[in-house]
Amino acid sequence: MTDEATLEVRDLTTRYGPVTALDGVNVRARPGEITAVLGANGAGKTTLLRSISGLVRGTDGSVLLGGRDMSRAPVEAIARAGVAHVPEGRGVITELTVEENLRLGDLLGATRPQRRHRLDGVYEMFPALAERRRQEASSLSGGERQMLVIGRALLSGPEVLLLDEPSLGLAPRIVTQLFGLLRDLVDRDGLTVLLVEQNARSALAIADTGFVLNLGRVVAADAADTLAADDELRHAYLGF
Amino acid sequence: MQQFLNVTLGGLSQGAIYAAFALALVLIWRATRIINFAQGSMAMFSTYIALVLIESGQSYWAGFAAALLAGLVLGALIERVVIRPVEGGPELNAVIVTLGLFVAIQALAAILFGASFESFPAPFGLSGFSVGEFTVAFTPFSAFVIGSVVVVMLALVALFRFTDIGLRMRASAFNQEVARLLGVRVGNMLTLGWAFAAVVGSLAGLLIAGGNLVHPAYMDPVIVYGFVAAVLGGLESPAGAVVGGLLIGLALSYVSGYLGSELVTLAALGILVAVLLVRPHGLFSRTTARRV
Repeated sequence: MTDEATLEVRDLTTRYGPVTALDGVNVRARPGEITAVLGANGAGKTTLLRSISGLVRGTDGSVLLGGRDMSRAPVEAIARAGVAHVPEGRGVITELTVEENLRLGDLLGATRPQRRHRLDGVYEMFPALAERRRQEASSLSGGERQMLVIGRALLSGPEVLLLDEPSLGLAPRIVTQLFGLLRDLVDRDGLTVLLVEQNARSALAIADTGFVLNLGRVVAADAADTLAADDELRHAYLGF
Repeated sequence: MQQFLNVTLGGLSQGAIYAAFALALVLIWRATRIINFAQGSMAMFSTYIALVLIESGQSYWAGFAAALLAGLVLGALIERVVIRPVEGGPELNAVIVTLGLFVAIQALAAILFGASFESFPAPFGLSGFSVGEFTVAFTPFSAFVIGSVVVVMLALVALFRFTDIGLRMRASAFNQEVARLLGVRVGNMLTLGWAFAAVVGSLAGLLIAGGNLVHPAYMDPVIVYGFVAAVLGGLESPAGAVVGGLLIGLALSYVSGYLGSELVTLAALGILVAVLLVRPHGLFSRTTARRV
C-alpha cells in the first residue's frame, strides 16, 4: 500500500518555539481519494497542511511526495511539484482582479490557448466568477472568494490538493455544491485531496478515509464510514 | 505671462524626472516595504559609468544604455547581497542599511571617479524653442526628458498589466505567502523589482545630469524631491508617484521662479509636512493605515 500513496507524512514533528504543534504525525493520502483531517481547534490541522506545503518547517520527520522527500524544499518548489495548498480564508490577493488571481494559478508551463481553455473551464464551473472577472477580488463575497481560490488551485492541474476549511463561512447549500464538485473531480481525475475540516460530519460524508488529530497527535485513522460510525470517537473528538 | 509659461514648462520637465525617481521609490516600497534611500546614490553611480564611457569617446547613447544596464545590475545585486539578509526583519534595519549604502556608494564614486564637478553632455539642444518672437524655456532636451519618462512609464504599465512576469511581480508584492503557494519564485521577483526600479532611478539620474554638472552628491536634492513626490502620491501607487512628481516639479518651479531659488528645498520640506498633516495617506493611496 505504501507505494500507492502520493502524499506521505512520516513521523512529522513541528514546533513553534516551546509549543509542539505536531508530535510524530503519520498521514497517508492516496490518489483518487479524499482524506479528511479532523479535530478540534488547535489540534494541529492547519499546521499539518502548512508543514506539507513548506510554509512551516518540521523539526523532525519527513514529507514525501510520490516517494520524493520534500521536507527541505522551498514552498515554491513544492507548489511546482504539484501541491496546491488553499489556505484558510486568506488565499485571495485582493489587490488583483478576479481573472488575474486565476491566471496566477496557471503560470507553470502551459501554452496560451491551453490556459484560455482551462480558465473557461473554471468560469463554467463558477459562473459567478465569470461575471466579475474584471473586478478587483476585494469586491467578492466570502463564498465567491472560496470559489476563486479553489478554482485557482484546480487551474494549476495539481496532483495533491490541500484544502484548509473550505466550508468556512459558506452557506450550507454552497458547501454541498462544492463538496459534490470536489468528489467529481477526485473520481474523474484521480486527484489526491487532503481536506481539513472542523465540520467533521460533512467532511466524512464525502471522504474516503480520515485521520483524527488531537493536540498534535493522530488518535484515529480509518475508513471514513468507520470513523463516522464510532460513537465514542465522535463524542470525544468530533463533536457530533 | 511669458514668465508663467516658462516656469510651468520648466516645472513639467523637472517634474517628469522627479516622477521617474518617485516611481523607482514606489516600486521598491511596494515590493519590499523598504524606502530605498540609496536610490539617488545608485543613480549617480550609473550616471558616472555613462560619463566614463562618453569621455572615452563613446556616443551619448552608448553611455545612456550602459547606465541603464548598470542600474539594472546594481539594483539586482544590491537586493540580493545587501538587502536580502535584512528583509523581513525589523524595518529600521533595512532603513539603516539603505542609508549606509547611500553614503558608501557616494564614497566609492568619489574614490573611483573623483569628487570634483564634471559636466555631463546632453544629446539634444539646450536652447529654448522660439514661439513667434519669444524664446520659451522648453528645449529639445526637455522634450527628450518628458518623452523618455513617458516611454519608460508606458513600458512599466505594459509590463505589470499584460505580462506574466508583471503579474508574478505584483502578486509577490501584494501577498508573498500566496504567491509562493502558487509556485511564484518570490525571491527572484523581488530582485527583479529592485532591478527595474534601479533602471528607472538611473534614468532620472541621467536626465538630471544632462547639460549639468555631476559630482558624487548631485542626486541628494532629487532624493528629497522624489521622496516628497512619492509620499504625495501615497507611496503605494505608481500613478500617484507620477502625478506627485509632476506636482512637485511644478510647485518647486513656481517657488523658484516667483519667490527665489534659495527657497526650493524649504518649500519641498514644507509640502512634505503639509501632506503628512493633511493627507498622510497621500492623494492616491487606498490603504487606511500606514506606518512611516
